[in-house]
Amino acid sequence: MFKFILRRLLLLIPILLGLSFLLFVWVRALPGGPATALLGERATPERIAEVNRLYGFDQPVLEQYLRYLSRIIRFDFGQSITLRRDVTEEMLRRFPATIELSAAAMVFAVGVGVPLGFVAAKRERTWVDNGAVIASLVGVSVPVFFLAQILKMVFAERLGWLPSIGRLEPVRELQAHTNFNLIDSLIEFDRGAFVDTVKHLLLPGLALGTIPLAIIARITRASVMEVLNEDYVRTARAKGMSRRVVNRRHVLRNALLPIVTVVGLQTGLLLSGAVLTERVFAWGGIGGLIGGAVLDKDYPVIQGGVMFIAVVFVLVNLVVDVLYAVIDPRIRVH
Amino acid sequence: MISIHPTNTPTTSSSILEVSELCVTFQVRGTEAVRAVDGVSFTVRPGETLGVVGESGSGKSVTSLAILGLLPKRGVKVSGSIRLDGKELLDAPEKELQAIRGRRAAMVFQDPMTSLNPVLTIGRQITEVLLRHKVCTMADAPQRAADLLDRVGIPEPRRRLGNYPHQLSGGMRQRVMIAMALACEPAVLIADEPTTALDVTIQAQVLELLKELVAGSDTALVLITHDLGVVAGMCNRVHVMYNGRIVESGERHVLFAHPRHHYTRGLLGSVPRLDMVGSALTPIPGSPRDTIAWSEGCSFAPRCGAVTETCLGAAPSLEPTEEGCLVRCVNPATHEQSLWGGR
Amino acid sequence: MATVQEHLQSLMGARAVESTGSSLGREAFRRLRANRIAVIGASIMLFFVVVAILAPWLAPHDPRVNTWFDQIRPASIPGPSGDHWFGLDESGRDELSRIIFGARSSLVIGIVSLAIGAVFGLLLGVLAGGLGGRIDALIMRVTDVLLAVPSLLLALSVAAVMGQSRTAVMVAVAVPNVPLFARLLRSSMLAERQKDYVSAAVSVGIPRRRLVLGHILPNSVGPMIVQGTLALATAVIDAAALSFLGLGSADPTVPEWGRMLANAQKYTNVAPHLAIFPGVVIMITALGFNLFGEALREALDPKLRR
Repeated sequence: MFKFILRRLLLLIPILLGLSFLLFVWVRALPGGPATALLGERATPERIAEVNRLYGFDQPVLEQYLRYLSRIIRFDFGQSITLRRDVTEEMLRRFPATIELSAAAMVFAVGVGVPLGFVAAKRERTWVDNGAVIASLVGVSVPVFFLAQILKMVFAERLGWLPSIGRLEPVRELQAHTNFNLIDSLIEFDRGAFVDTVKHLLLPGLALGTIPLAIIARITRASVMEVLNEDYVRTARAKGMSRRVVNRRHVLRNALLPIVTVVGLQTGLLLSGAVLTERVFAWGGIGGLIGGAVLDKDYPVIQGGVMFIAVVFVLVNLVVDVLYAVIDPRIRVH
Repeated sequence: MISIHPTNTPTTSSSILEVSELCVTFQVRGTEAVRAVDGVSFTVRPGETLGVVGESGSGKSVTSLAILGLLPKRGVKVSGSIRLDGKELLDAPEKELQAIRGRRAAMVFQDPMTSLNPVLTIGRQITEVLLRHKVCTMADAPQRAADLLDRVGIPEPRRRLGNYPHQLSGGMRQRVMIAMALACEPAVLIADEPTTALDVTIQAQVLELLKELVAGSDTALVLITHDLGVVAGMCNRVHVMYNGRIVESGERHVLFAHPRHHYTRGLLGSVPRLDMVGSALTPIPGSPRDTIAWSEGCSFAPRCGAVTETCLGAAPSLEPTEEGCLVRCVNPATHEQSLWGGR
Repeated sequence: MATVQEHLQSLMGARAVESTGSSLGREAFRRLRANRIAVIGASIMLFFVVVAILAPWLAPHDPRVNTWFDQIRPASIPGPSGDHWFGLDESGRDELSRIIFGARSSLVIGIVSLAIGAVFGLLLGVLAGGLGGRIDALIMRVTDVLLAVPSLLLALSVAAVMGQSRTAVMVAVAVPNVPLFARLLRSSMLAERQKDYVSAAVSVGIPRRRLVLGHILPNSVGPMIVQGTLALATAVIDAAALSFLGLGSADPTVPEWGRMLANAQKYTNVAPHLAIFPGVVIMITALGFNLFGEALREALDPKLRR
């Protein structure tokens, strides 16, 4: 098992290398060259020449790439043009907010999606099943930023049940240990802050998690339906196992494989959806940072953000692969 | 239609399984209803081996699934009576059926490659049935499982407990299936084409194993197959099914010596025999699709060489023969014609 | 004997003659027509296309003209009325016309980006699936890298480089489609290659190119069409997402559904209709493509026993 994980980790390297290469090319494709990427569009020609000399942009390409690589490995993405702060530092500061939101959305998507898909599969062709299929098709068609806006409009602005922006009420002060508000409020034994955090998480989490929920429900339904037809389920019933045991130990465990894969892929959707949702709810995570950076042409931030998120996404998929091998013994042989 | 027991059954033995007028109808919305099993009756005594022979589509597998209550609920109608040791199964609540399955009646399925859960160990799949029916304690279960594996002829049984199905060959997997089925010492074991999916050499081994395991015990074995060779070596009595009904039944050696129904004769005629080297095989003409409904006459008529006008119009009923078998035919082969082995 | 045979024939003749196997395409078409969901999806798709094409004739007003600016008050923006079925937007333009022209913009972006993405993707896929070996491995690495970045972010970075224009959005939305189509075609082709008819053809001496182009490719087409339909839905949504974030046409008066939604954020209290209409329209359009695409997938699946 350990060897399996190690081997998969090693496979990460060419992907990350490839990614860094793409970003390298990307920066040089910018109008004005890489110096503009660092300085912004309003840089004067003198500043540009200075930076070119400083960063060696007038050197042969291979040297540039190696230097670039050495910076990336140290997670040095330079300074944000608009914020005048170190990009990596800013990323690390804001990252927990996005993780918290994404995790909440994923818990919602899996916690509701899997049971829903399961029930729909068992009651094939009934109204529950048909309703679930249609609901999931609609769910996939809703743009997340529209859903976010509607939820905000209805529940925050009209009904006033939940807060509309931010992670905490502005008047609240929470000591930032990890920047995960849920954890920090627990550390501080601040129950009010905890409740407040949860309240702020609800709407964005719902908005962000709905589309993955639709997809997860669909795949669960398809997978369970297929497994229900398998011979070994019939064998389990022929042995007299109770319905609950058959469902759990025989059906679900085998149906889990494609579901786990999809959950891994959906984190990509969550991470990119965060860019949109964070804009609507002024969330203060990486998504909002990247979204703003696009308009401000803050290239170091975009570069750093893309790399960050890609690394997280790839790592999550690695975890999925490992989980796969844990669930299905046939895969471990390799 | 009268249900008659073979006249040579000693009336003193009681049967462990009694199937009476079993009918199974499949109806998918929008299509016609299909009668897969059309009034089948038979009994099984403790310790005996019963063979049920037929082509695919004859209803033999559906009968076995119906006995254990494993048919889907939707779109399927089952009527008649199935009594296991006197207890009626057809209207029993699901909870009771679950207590019976695996414990009093068990089943071995056809394809060992797909009939085992790929993500559970062999040991788990065996101990699961032991524990569910409370046959032993959790501490004893692994040993019992290993003993079972040993009994079915799997070498190194303790080690195998931790194996997964994909690590075993087809023949071994089928042995595991048999071990699982016999784990709680059921009164009735139904084997639905247990060797069809196996290599020829393994087939003989698995059949031998089955024979050995039920010999000397009270477990009744119902062996379902399309292969007469399987039946010849193993069964006490044989029922031949065609299109949902039993068309001939009787004691094995009598049936094989004097097959009266033309379908049975056809089945025997298409089996190669060592003592008839050089003579041609005579397959049954047509295919199972060339059939008419029993309500319109004898289903086998389109393929029968001895068809007469009386065969059409109404279904023949099961009538006893002079050898003591039952045959469903208005024009069966005569005693002299039916003598097999002297062609 | 003769009468018995005749009698038999008449009894058996009642069975319908089985149709000889129809091609997968015709069979699929038949199934689609019967499927209600497919019909609904196709109708929505058709409606969207018609509206987009006929926009100049359907829209009651010019979407860029803000003639009714005087009707805007700080605390109220006119909602749906007899003159303006969808109301006015925050600058005094007719909302309905903007939505209709927005359809045109979305259709163009959707189709062009799909075309670009599909062409490049299929090209890569055919090379990988047909040539195999090193080229296959290389192409797979490239798609791995592209797939490592979530699709919207990928589109975002491309658009950020190319600046503020509709072309940028088109290319940006096309990029995530490339690895998807490449992978899909490659795996389809690999699956076909395993099939027996291919070994048979090779053993008879049919040249590789003819095999690939004439047999393997046509049989792999089905999943491509499904993917294309579903990709259109994603393209519409992704393009709207990009313009929601501020990318897209540099001219702020050009109607784009995403941007309309972004502008509506400030006015959700006084003018909810500004947020609802563009959002619902995006949703219905995407829904049409998704419904049809899913129905198509089911219709083309030879495994499904309906």
